[in-house]
Formats: sequence, structure tokens, C-alpha cells
Amino acid sequence: MAINWFKYSSPSSFYPLAGKMIPVFMTLAIVLIMGGLYWGFFETPDVLSDQKQYYRIIYVHVASAWMAMWLYVVMVAWAVLGLIFNTRMSYMMASATAITGAIMTALSLWTGAFWGQTSWGTWWDWDPRMTSQLILLFLYIGYIALQSAIEDNRRSDRASAVLAMVGLAIVPVIYYSINCPDPNECASLHQESSLKRVESNILIAMLVVTAGFWMYCFAVILMRVRNIILLRESHTQWVERLEVKK
Amino acid sequence: MSEFFAMGGYGFYVWSSMGMVLFLMLLEPIVLKIQHRSLLKNIQRQKRRQASKH
Repeated sequence: MAINWFKYSSPSSFYPLAGKMIPVFMTLAIVLIMGGLYWGFFETPDVLSDQKQYYRIIYVHVASAWMAMWLYVVMVAWAVLGLIFNTRMSYMMASATAITGAIMTALSLWTGAFWGQTSWGTWWDWDPRMTSQLILLFLYIGYIALQSAIEDNRRSDRASAVLAMVGLAIVPVIYYSINCPDPNECASLHQESSLKRVESNILIAMLVVTAGFWMYCFAVILMRVRNIILLRESHTQWVERLEVKK
Repeated sequence: MSEFFAMGGYGFYVWSSMGMVLFLMLLEPIVLKIQHRSLLKNIQRQKRRQASKH
């Protein structure tokens, strides 16, 4: 089946397509997140190695932290596509991704603080993983701020795309802040991400919740990109023909 | 049931985390939905204003 992808690079054909996909992704998100959390709370032991029941924060903490990092890469990919092909839709996708990415980063820091208080006895520490995650939050905020500071869309799209690309340097820092090859080189408070040591029921629940978070992010990013299209294309005829649904 | 919510004495930490996730992940789509409505209404209003001018 040959799909003409460039057809969907025009806002007028992407808008209705996105509208059809939103309920699908939202339903999948609800089913996966509820199912994953049910499994994670009721079908798992009360301890994870030396951690007591507070380890259950893991489901939302890991899911939001992964999303925070991946969405940044997704955002940069859209921004780069925009710079190469000069397609309006790519820039709109990049800017729609930023706020959801910032929310995911904030959630990972929030849930991490509550987990840290129980397992390390501190809400916050200037440990490499936490510090780099905080910088990621500032990068998202910087991208959003820069975009809203420049009124001309074409200029703000390109300027913020370049900022996003420069900020990509933080992603390997976040990754290696706990997965560094030589433990003597980085002393971090944060646990290593060692999926092998996690009990399989907990791991399954965690991965299902993460899949649900992906679906949620797809849904809200598409919702936001539809709003961005309406804002930017309000002068066009096809937008004027749209009806308000009751 | 109350034993479940107590989470072995760690209920405050577990539910503060879950609660914030639930709050933000409900708030975000609701805000977007409201924004979508008002954008469509504005466009309709503008169209009517344009039509009455001519």
C-alpha cells in the first residue's frame, strides 16, 4: 500500500486525519495505563529488593522519565524535518510536542522527589541524573518561551528549532549519568537502570504503563497540533468551513 | 481496602505521586478540548462579522 506522506504535510489534510486518530490513541492510553497499574498494584509482591511498597512509584516515574527523554528526541526530529523540507506541519508538530514533554519532565521530577524522600531520605540532590533532568525541563521551557517571544511564526519556528537541536546534547548526558561504563567516574545516588534485576511482574506492569504513556502523548500532541493549525490557518477557507461540534 | 491505601505506611508518597500524574494527565486534554472549542467559536464569529460587512 502506497501512502503519499507528503499529502499529510499540508495542514488541511492532516487536521481531519489527526481528529480521527485522537480517540483511538486516547482509548488505548486509558486501557494500557489502567491495566498496567492494576497489574502493578495487585499482582506484584510488596517488596522490590530492599524497597518496600513505595517502590510502586516506579510505574509512573519510569514511564514519565522515559517519555521526557524520548519526546525531546521526537521534538528535535520534527524541528530538523522542518529545517530541511521547510514544511509548516513539521514545525507545528515540534511545537505541539514541547509542552507535553515539559509536563512529562515535571512529572518525573515530582514522582522522583517522593520516591527519593522514602528511599534516600531526601527530596532532592544535585546528583547527575536529577540535575540533567532538571536541565531538560529548562530546555523545554526555553524552547516554549523562545517560540512565544517571536511573533512571526516562520522566524520563531526556525529559531526554536535551532535551540532544540543544540539542546539535544543533554540527552546522552541524561542517559550516561546513571549508565556510565566506569562506576568510579560517576558517583550517583540514583539507581542504575537495570531492567534485568526487576521482577518480571513489576517489569511487565512498568512497560505496559509506559506504552500507555506513549499513546497518551500521541493523543494530546495531536489535540494540540489541531489547535495550533486552527490558530495559524484561521484566515484560510477550509478552516472557515469547519463547524462547531455540539 | 484501607490497608491498600495505606501502602504499608507509605501511602502519602505513593498517592502524592499517582495523584499528581492523574491530575496533570487529566488537566492537559481538558484544557486542550476547551481551547479547541473556543478557537472554533472564534473562527465562526469572525466569519459572521465578515459576512455582515459585505
